[in-house]
Amino acid sequence: MAGLMAGFGHYTHAVVRGIPVSLAKEALRSSQTEVDLAKAVKEQEAYVEVLRTRLGLEVVELPADESLPDCVFVEDAAVVCGDTALITRPGAESRRGETEAMKGALKDLNLNIVEMTDENATLDGGDVLFTGREFFVGLSKRTNQRGAEILADAFKDYAVSTVPVLEGLHLKSFCSMGGPGLIVIGSSEPAQKALKIMQQMSDHRYDKLTVPDDLAANCIYMNLPSKGHVLLHCTAEEFPESAKVFEKLKDHMLIPMSNLEKVKVDGALTCCSVLINKKANI
Amino acid sequence: MTTESGADSEAKQPQENKETEKGKAKAASQPSQVAAEPALPQNQPEQLPAAVGHSTPARKEQEQQEEDLVSHRSSTSRLSRSPLRGVKKVKIMQCKVTLLDGLDFTLNVEKRAKGQFLFDKVCDHLNLLEKDYFGITYRDVENQKNWLDPSKELKKQIRTGPWNFAFNVKFYPPDPSQLTEDITRYYLCLQLRDDVVSGRLPCSFATHTVLGSYTAQSELGDYDSEELASDYLSELRFAPNQTKELEEKVMELHKTYKGMSPADAEMHFLENAKKLSMYGVDLHHAKLVGNLYECLAPAEGEDSEGVEIMLGVCASGLLIYRDRLRINRFAWPKILKISYKRNNFYIKIRPGEFEQFESTIGFKLPNHRAAKRLWKVCVEHHTFFRLVSPEAPPKKFLTLGSKFRYSGRTQAQTRRASSQIIRPAPFFERTSSKRYNMSRSLDGAPIMENHETLMKDNAVDGEAKVIAKGDIITTVTTEKKAEEEKAEEGDAKKDTAETPEPAATSPLRQDTKTKEDEPAADETKEVEPKITEAAGYLVKYVVDSMTADGPTSSGPHGISLSTTMDDDVFMDGTLREVEEKTPESQDEVSERLVVKVSPGAMRQEVSQAISDKKGTLIILKDAEDKSDTEGKEKSAVPGEFKADEHVMRMASKEEEIPRADTSVVTEAQTTAAKMLSPKVEIKTDSMTQIKGIDSPKKAMASWISEEVKTETPEFISMSTKEVKDMKTSDGLQERAEIFTFKEVQSEQSKSSLTQITVSESSTTSLVVSTLECVSSSQKAPAGQEEKPVIETEALPAKSAGPSSPDITAVATKDMPVIHTETKTITYEAAEVETNGDADPGVLLSAQTITSETTSTTTTTHITKTVKGGISETRIEKRIVITGDADIDHDEALAQAIKEAKEQHPDMSVTKVVVHKETEITPEEGED
Repeated sequence: MAGLMAGFGHYTHAVVRGIPVSLAKEALRSSQTEVDLAKAVKEQEAYVEVLRTRLGLEVVELPADESLPDCVFVEDAAVVCGDTALITRPGAESRRGETEAMKGALKDLNLNIVEMTDENATLDGGDVLFTGREFFVGLSKRTNQRGAEILADAFKDYAVSTVPVLEGLHLKSFCSMGGPGLIVIGSSEPAQKALKIMQQMSDHRYDKLTVPDDLAANCIYMNLPSKGHVLLHCTAEEFPESAKVFEKLKDHMLIPMSNLEKVKVDGALTCCSVLINKKANI
Repeated sequence: MTTESGADSEAKQPQENKETEKGKAKAASQPSQVAAEPALPQNQPEQLPAAVGHSTPARKEQEQQEEDLVSHRSSTSRLSRSPLRGVKKVKIMQCKVTLLDGLDFTLNVEKRAKGQFLFDKVCDHLNLLEKDYFGITYRDVENQKNWLDPSKELKKQIRTGPWNFAFNVKFYPPDPSQLTEDITRYYLCLQLRDDVVSGRLPCSFATHTVLGSYTAQSELGDYDSEELASDYLSELRFAPNQTKELEEKVMELHKTYKGMSPADAEMHFLENAKKLSMYGVDLHHAKLVGNLYECLAPAEGEDSEGVEIMLGVCASGLLIYRDRLRINRFAWPKILKISYKRNNFYIKIRPGEFEQFESTIGFKLPNHRAAKRLWKVCVEHHTFFRLVSPEAPPKKFLTLGSKFRYSGRTQAQTRRASSQIIRPAPFFERTSSKRYNMSRSLDGAPIMENHETLMKDNAVDGEAKVIAKGDIITTVTTEKKAEEEKAEEGDAKKDTAETPEPAATSPLRQDTKTKEDEPAADETKEVEPKITEAAGYLVKYVVDSMTADGPTSSGPHGISLSTTMDDDVFMDGTLREVEEKTPESQDEVSERLVVKVSPGAMRQEVSQAISDKKGTLIILKDAEDKSDTEGKEKSAVPGEFKADEHVMRMASKEEEIPRADTSVVTEAQTTAAKMLSPKVEIKTDSMTQIKGIDSPKKAMASWISEEVKTETPEFISMSTKEVKDMKTSDGLQERAEIFTFKEVQSEQSKSSLTQITVSESSTTSLVVSTLECVSSSQKAPAGQEEKPVIETEALPAKSAGPSSPDITAVATKDMPVIHTETKTITYEAAEVETNGDADPGVLLSAQTITSETTSTTTTTHITKTVKGGISETRIEKRIVITGDADIDHDEALAQAIKEAKEQHPDMSVTKVVVHKETEITPEEGED
């Protein structure tokens, strides 16, 4: 029986990308901090290792591109839902080139590619929160109304609601899904306000898991065969209080992921992969 | 046969409707009479369906309701009409109704026939019983689609042009699986296919594929490579732009459905279609007037004023779109009032957590007609999906503006009615969707003439039966959700009240009913007339928006529907509220108070109910006891009131002190009894309960009751109940238990509900004694009292047979004993005792809203009372937290208070009760 919108969190593939040396100096960042490149590379390796070995995903690893210092943050380059992949038009001009390699990889995975060609549109994948039943698109410095409209056109089955992102880089800089119907949200006022808006806009009800640190609210949820609910989240080292909150999720297989370096260039956990469910293809 | 005397045409529409039905039936049964009307030969074809006409349960019930409205009419007037009808000169019009399968149904109707007549004819023709989801549309001069008003004459709606109509789904059921009959789902499918193909219901390629494959299965049956040509699908339409690729994908899927019945295929179709974001959304073009919150981010240099948007009306509320993007959403509970003026449409929004005041948002529609159309659709959707029963049209207070109200049945009513359909599934032919090969205009341009044979009524006539009314118990159980439950209950209540002989006027009937139960009922009579005058009050409540919407919300909410349409005079939003303050209404309220129910009688009734069945019986009870409220309903009080009726539940527990098992039961009764007297302490407080189960787990509940002065007379309310699926064997059930207890409390006028609750709890092995009761210590000066720790016993109570009338006795049976520790702390603000005992006030309404997350259950009670001319609204919030993890109680409490304050900034917290319960296990001791 064919069914739509089933299996939130089911993934078979992940697309990731290497870290260019240029990341340390040239990657965009909201605060001026030194990035230890070696550590960042280690983090990324550990991340990929978890996806591939521990979780058994088929990982497509794109080579780093020195001319694209932010290229490791593949999430912003594409939004994949079901068998459709929307290739975005990132809000930061320096990042527009990142979509090329991503498009190729997703094509190779036989996804239906939709490209955002409108020159007035910008959209970063980091502003797109897919809850399993609908999309929320943050209207931020990187994503505009037009970009959101194109996303809505690409994924017609779903409601696409816009949420103003007043602080932080992306919508998912302070929230993400922690399970089906569970929104993990930071406790800052802008985060809470955004959550309220999302709740108001939605026909569905969501539980929320509030974590003390906004950045810690970015985690990766998967529902994998033989593993059940899996959650990649911040480490206790990085956000001790928030980590405690995650530890209370008894039904989840919890995998703390270190993200100390990438976070310096505004990279959160979700930023570093595009997750795909090939079996969703009908 | 559709002749109407002048007098009749003035009568209410339902009456006429019934009238025509009867006439029809009569005509059918007496062919000679038809023959005697040679002037109307065209009528004959249309009589055929009527002759086959099944007396549908739906119609039956409707008639009963109608009879209330027209009870003054004697049966003699019925008899007098038919023989003479042929004599009158009647102008007959030919109507063409385009059906959902694209075929036209042509029939002749008398020119003065009302919309309902046409609609009923079409439904008969379609053999459709669950017809309340459907409606008839026509195109106006601007070619805009309008819904035919069943209560108005056709000729007044079709001003110009041919009488062409279309039969459509009007209210898309959010859960089509809850429809009773396959035939209803089939028609819904047909509508949705058209929605998809026309592009009104956008969906992805993958969805087109899936929906298309189920369509193929339903229409063509199993895929058969030998019989079907390779392009067999090209004659079907699945998408606005159908490609070969799509057809191939559809075929791939179709092949996998071997053996699936058409009904199953349609069910799958609907299960997928209902998830689409635009499912059942009726879009209206508009422009923004003013700013629409911060959600609307205008493009560079763009003023949000005048931005083109779309307003989408759906089951859950009003959606605001800009292009494809949803930029805001107003769930029905968020909307206090909808109105229109000239070509503007306004919604008044309940203040959110961040706002202090109500806000009004305006939209500019293309013209006046569009504004009115939108307003009507909103009124209808709100009534259908949110209210228990329709509002009566405004009578006294609203002399200005539209009298339009939705007059059909609500979803709750139609579900109840259709649950009583017991005819065998009718056979019907699934016509191939040939229509998609022809270009067909949306308003149903003619394709063929009269196709009665295609959809002929194949039901076995004799088998269409009506389940006797009053057999409520069997049907009420079906629905589980709180909202539905309440709706059901209200419905049941209504039905029960209506069952008595039709001859009686409603007030009298009410009295009779009440009298059976209790001697004090005479007062009811006096109350009745006044009730009518109360019509038009705007019922206000303060509801947390989060808890108010969604599946667990408490159900219907009133919206003030105001309009000034025809004269374009804007009626101020405060009008109704002002009127509420008239002394008259106050009086009325106090009079109503007089109605009492003797506790003894109640108890007995309840016991009976229990022995019949568990759980749902309570609803039945409510229905009967509610009679006084009921009467009011019938006296044409706007449905809002009814919607607002909820049980006054806190009574029993409030006055009780936590104690062990059985005594609780007894206590509940006493308390309830007390409730009946006007002296009942209605004031409630808040409590926070913390309770534990396995270890130091806690559950915490807090009720924060707040006080606000409003002057909103309302009525004694009805009981509401939510049946939670109780978990049976694990610790979690304790939480559920408490919850249930809260939910089911008794109404002011009836004491035994509590008892029922207890028994229910028992069956689910709930810990009776954990029902914490905070004594009526509200009077105490601000302070803090700590109750002693009490050891209680939990009774996993399977054995506490609900059948026993004396639950008290049952509860004590030997059960595994769980020791729990109960602690109650009460914090109280000084102001609480300002109202002395002397005037406890009159309970006007009570409402309960529940929301649940994984570890917490929040129950919000909103009660309204009137004391000495001042009405008071209290909100009590109870939060039960059950969890394994350690909970910082203080923080949780602080958070709860903070949230309550945020949500209701204009109210004050007067009392907080913390109730903590910990299971004492040998290993752990107490914590």
